[in-house]
Amino acid sequence: MTSKLDSKIPEGNLEQKWTKYRSTVPLVNPSNKRSLEIIIVGSGLAGASAAASLAELGYKVKVFCFQDSARRAHSIAAQGGINAAKNYQNDGDSTYRLFYDTIKGGDYRAREANVYRLAEVSSSIIDQCVAQGVPFAREYGGLLSNRSFGGTQVQRTFYAAGQTGQQLLLGAYSGLQRQVGMGNVKMYARHEMLEVVTIDGVCRGIIARDLTTGKLERHFGHAVLLGTGGYGNVFFLSTNAMGSNVTAAWKAHKKGAMFANPCFTQIHPTCIPVSGDHQSKLTLMSESLRNDGRIWVPKNLEDAKALRENRIKPNDIKEENRDYYLERRYPAFGNLVPRDVASRAAKERCDAGFGVNKTGEAVFLDFAFNTLRYGNMEATKKGIHNPSEAQIIELGRAVVKEKYGNLFDMYQQITGVNPYEQPMMIYPAVHYTMGGLWVDYNLMTNVKGLYALGEANFSDHGANRLGASALMQGLADGYFVIPYTIGSYLNNEIRTKAISTDHEAFVEAENKVKATIDHLMGVKGTKSVDYFHKKLGLIMWNQCGMARNAEGLKKAIEEIKALREEFWNNVRVPGEANEMNPELEKAGRVADFLELGELMCKDALMREESCGGHFREEYQTEEGEAMRDDDNFKFVAAWEYFEGNNWEMNKEDLIYENIKIAQRSYK
Amino acid sequence: MENNLNLNLKVWRQKNAKDKGGFEEYKLSEISTDMSFLEMFDVLNERLIVEGKDPVAFDHDCREGICGACSMFINGRPHGPKQAVTTCQLHMRSFKDGETIVVEPWRAEPFPVIKDLVVDRSAFDRIMSAGGFVSINTGNAQDANAIPISKENADEAFAAAACIGCGACVAACKNASAMLFVSAKVSQFALLPQGQPERSARVMEMVAQMDNEGFGACTNTGACSAECPKEISLTHIARMNRDYLMAELTSNK
Repeated sequence: MTSKLDSKIPEGNLEQKWTKYRSTVPLVNPSNKRSLEIIIVGSGLAGASAAASLAELGYKVKVFCFQDSARRAHSIAAQGGINAAKNYQNDGDSTYRLFYDTIKGGDYRAREANVYRLAEVSSSIIDQCVAQGVPFAREYGGLLSNRSFGGTQVQRTFYAAGQTGQQLLLGAYSGLQRQVGMGNVKMYARHEMLEVVTIDGVCRGIIARDLTTGKLERHFGHAVLLGTGGYGNVFFLSTNAMGSNVTAAWKAHKKGAMFANPCFTQIHPTCIPVSGDHQSKLTLMSESLRNDGRIWVPKNLEDAKALRENRIKPNDIKEENRDYYLERRYPAFGNLVPRDVASRAAKERCDAGFGVNKTGEAVFLDFAFNTLRYGNMEATKKGIHNPSEAQIIELGRAVVKEKYGNLFDMYQQITGVNPYEQPMMIYPAVHYTMGGLWVDYNLMTNVKGLYALGEANFSDHGANRLGASALMQGLADGYFVIPYTIGSYLNNEIRTKAISTDHEAFVEAENKVKATIDHLMGVKGTKSVDYFHKKLGLIMWNQCGMARNAEGLKKAIEEIKALREEFWNNVRVPGEANEMNPELEKAGRVADFLELGELMCKDALMREESCGGHFREEYQTEEGEAMRDDDNFKFVAAWEYFEGNNWEMNKEDLIYENIKIAQRSYK
Repeated sequence: MENNLNLNLKVWRQKNAKDKGGFEEYKLSEISTDMSFLEMFDVLNERLIVEGKDPVAFDHDCREGICGACSMFINGRPHGPKQAVTTCQLHMRSFKDGETIVVEPWRAEPFPVIKDLVVDRSAFDRIMSAGGFVSINTGNAQDANAIPISKENADEAFAAAACIGCGACVAACKNASAMLFVSAKVSQFALLPQGQPERSARVMEMVAQMDNEGFGACTNTGACSAECPKEISLTHIARMNRDYLMAELTSNK
């Protein structure tokens, strides 16, 4: 391990690490907490839960978000659920099993200690959320309901219809707003963080832009927490919200924080396919649909062709002529294989010519089989003997509607097709980024006083995240990890008086931000920001998407450099800097994506193996499965930034003391 | 099937809060029926930028109907002509070729216009801060299954909690009342055991803050619920009124 990275993993048995550390971590006494200021950027699950919890402890907290309200952070859009090792279903779940599934699901590229802690606190999250009044789905007996997600064989996912993220975020938001009302948190909505301020290598605050007035502001903090989400929007088309961006993390990176495993991107298998050039974003259809939806394409190329040309309907294809390729290739997990596996399998079939929509990039997700199954069950329950097929279908559809109604409505609204009657058409799309700012066990980056939480950090999901684990991690970090670990830093800060924002470091940082804004406004070129963003997205999707190879990545790096050059010479940002200016906001974010994209390709090129979401075509088995190289690549790649878009890689070796690493198999 | 439309767009333009504002007309051609309403605005803005004009500012983020940011008043209706969808999920197949579409911001005094179609909805956050929570600090919770909750109540609480805080209810109401928004939160907690200890205080404080923000009174017109993209039911207003009355009668303050 290089000396620059110290993961600070506590000594002791895996099961004891967190309990022991939590009980011995230095504390800050309540009167000192009142004079310690914490800045939190981002108000999603990680940011809002951290803000509420830290304010409850007595710290002075400031929260920044670019949306008009903290409640609109993109965590709100998470659909399917949140995992927790409660074992309420008595189906063999345990902390260890959740830990094991997560490490295996991440293709053995995550840290054992962090993941075990995540599994350990997962139960408390559900308790906390229920106590806040989060209306999780329940059974008739009044107890909480669970369902399955990919990559697991137990039912450990808690959910609230297809709106779990919304309900969890509104819970965290209610805790946050409560603290705002009590005066313990000051909220800065419609503000975007544009620079990290460091003094002698220690993080001391931020520069933020008031998005309503365009005014730049300086804010001091004894610690700065970034809960700013992932960077999937580097691909332009993704399931992320339009405003989701890498800017806060990227500014931190350029101030010294290392960026870990940037190429680990999650492509989600079940999204609504692209319909045309006008497309601004892609819509996810929750993974929970794979509980009851079966994925297939035609067995015969002629049928696929006929579907593409709209000559036949999916229901015209007989059962024996359908290829349920996930059930065929992975009988043990079937349609519930992890996301990376399901996505690649869809791409494989479509590349082979079996795609079913006009672009040839779609597969079916079919509910007919389970609609009948549910219909029969309901008929039995209701004592209907010899029900007609129409009756069975009607009863079955009611069950499906109860489970997934809002997702079916959403699908119909977007595509104009009724998914109760026709199978859905789906295709993989960029969804989540496992990579992010490198953090130690305390969630601190290698810049003192600067932390990263939730999707913004890299720590828990390795090379592939399991479904319903993002919500778990965001809330674990915010509710149950940072409130403890931040003490180990802040107990040394009790003598630091609030630093005046007239300090030269603040002045310098603000000037730098101003210079960038002036530059963007001053180009006055001929192309819109979106023009560049779309071009970048296409390069990334084609060369650094579901499958990658050395040649393509090298080409992409050159193309991105050229595009960046063109951007800074020919972008057009209308309006003024000192007013609300959405185009200026976008321009700043795309400028950062244009640098990040290059680093992602560099990282993907360096990693000469296939693991999780990172699939290098050169490294695959004869059956087309990912071929990991543990001898040479069992490490975290943490990239350090140097002036002028130069990077150096630092390695953190991954040590597995509790899990025997093996080839990941879902067969 | 996909088709192309020619449209005449009348959009409210207002430089800032102080500007008087007015309608501008734009002709759009070749708008695919597969586009969302906001993607149609993307096309318009792309054109305005290339022409050297100021694009139309509007709030939007998730574009899948859940963040509650988008807020266009389309042809006299919040989120446009379709039932139970947000502006971002409204697709152009809901419009006809040659149609004139009028787009305005939410009109309500407590939602002042910031620019073009963007309004300030921070009043909603302040109402939430006044009482839209269960006072439980992190770490105090008992086991999640310790208190069974009937499925009916859990489902009804969820239906209330599905509110996305977009403000369409206020925009739809002739009195600019926020009763549907406030009652959805009051109702969610009133239906759950966790919400009981603060039930009276919550309704009193949230309603007081709602009044402070300048939202109007409810006259039971029902436009709020009819226009709500999440179909939040009027029942919640009834429940809140009942709770408010009970709280008034039993209050020691």
